[in-house]
Amino acid sequence: MDETIAVTPAAGVSFTDEVCSIPGGDAIRSCIQCGMCTGSCPTANNWDYPPRRVIAMVRAGLREELLSSNSMWFCASCYTCTVRCPRDIKPADIMHALEVLSIRSGLNTKESRTPVMYQCFVDSAKGNGRVYELGMMIKLFLKTNPFSAFKLAPVGLGLFLHGRMPLKPTRIKGIKELKVILDKAKKLGGAK
Amino acid sequence: MKYYTYYPGCSAEATATPLGLSVPPVAKALDMELAELEDWNCCGSTPYHSTYKLEASVMAARNLALAEKVGLDLVTPCSNCYVVLSSVNTYLKELPDFREKVNEALAAADLTYGGGIKVRHLVEVLYTDITPEVIASKVTKPLKGLKVASYYGCQLVRPNGFDDPESPHSLDEMVTSLGADSIPWEMKARCCGSSLIMPEPDVALGLINKLLKNAQDHGAQCLITPCPLCQINLDAYQSQVNSKFNTSYNLPVLFVTQLIGIALGIPAKELALSKNIVSPMRVLAPYL
Repeated sequence: MDETIAVTPAAGVSFTDEVCSIPGGDAIRSCIQCGMCTGSCPTANNWDYPPRRVIAMVRAGLREELLSSNSMWFCASCYTCTVRCPRDIKPADIMHALEVLSIRSGLNTKESRTPVMYQCFVDSAKGNGRVYELGMMIKLFLKTNPFSAFKLAPVGLGLFLHGRMPLKPTRIKGIKELKVILDKAKKLGGAK
Repeated sequence: MKYYTYYPGCSAEATATPLGLSVPPVAKALDMELAELEDWNCCGSTPYHSTYKLEASVMAARNLALAEKVGLDLVTPCSNCYVVLSSVNTYLKELPDFREKVNEALAAADLTYGGGIKVRHLVEVLYTDITPEVIASKVTKPLKGLKVASYYGCQLVRPNGFDDPESPHSLDEMVTSLGADSIPWEMKARCCGSSLIMPEPDVALGLINKLLKNAQDHGAQCLITPCPLCQINLDAYQSQVNSKFNTSYNLPVLFVTQLIGIALGIPAKELALSKNIVSPMRVLAPYL
């Protein structure tokens, strides 16, 4: 991540505390390891450590192992785990928080293309105030595997031919104003 | 007439054009005034909120601050915008420290948010404010005999949806109100893989295959969904699923507003039916 500076946790704050500090994050302390989250997850078989184990690793403080894994990057934000957890933990929100920490720490895996896609999306949203899907996709393929673009080219072409892939981005009128508030937010909260 | 502030979301202007184009004529026919939020920006979506939390929240909050000046409920047809805007809205209302920090950033552009806006999904508004009964009373072309699989996707009903998160029924009721048959199927609220289709296409294509198979096995002639990402995955990637799994799906996937529009007698052109990748014309011909 070009814009990101590697950050180590503040002195005295454990990895577990850091994850618990997100809204509702404290609930992981009452996890009973029942596995409902893993059993409900549509992509769990691809995760280095499935959701139930991710929660256990946060509690055990296994920061580096977890933040460098591919696990949270497979979360598709379907929230099935969240509505089924018997202890009111919000595993999907925990995964999103781990993604933030993974990027911040610079530990994020280079094998997953999801962090790269997320960054391309962010650049696009910040640049114009609205996401420009075609530009984002091209950037993702250039940054990862340009050859994989050929495989998906028919999909892009289909969307284009059906008038669903504009060739120009839309820029909001208040783009300067948006940049000012985003810069201010960056100063206030860093990457957090 | 019912009045709302409208937040289309970025996809409605590009990959989900059929959604963006079909919402206004349907709203008009149902006596809803959707006034587009002036100069709205991207909600930040999951990618921004999963990388730079405070910046992303401020990005979402600019829209809430602009909407608060108008004062009406903020309605979006996009399930992801709905989840993002409504969860940031909830945090801003419930966490004073967070609201203070977000407002400090917004102040740099003379904006402020007091927590006075309600974020709602278009489907919830159609179901709760307009109601299936009123929609039924305005149907001029009943979709008699059409077998429709109502696909809710995830973020319309989870984590904070208005319908049952496991077995929702609102879309089914709306489909029935149009005169069509809403078929029962197990996977109506299961995940399509969402944006993993780009970085992890094999994972997402597998999930899309399961959904299409389940809908087809239950006799669906077409699917409907409100979600831009679900629609693209099931519609634009259907040919990829066919080549990967040696299947031969030819299932049109309509936005819910397109199907409502047909039953209300709105011309096909206004509903952008020609912009669906898997053409719905064969299935819909008897009703057009």
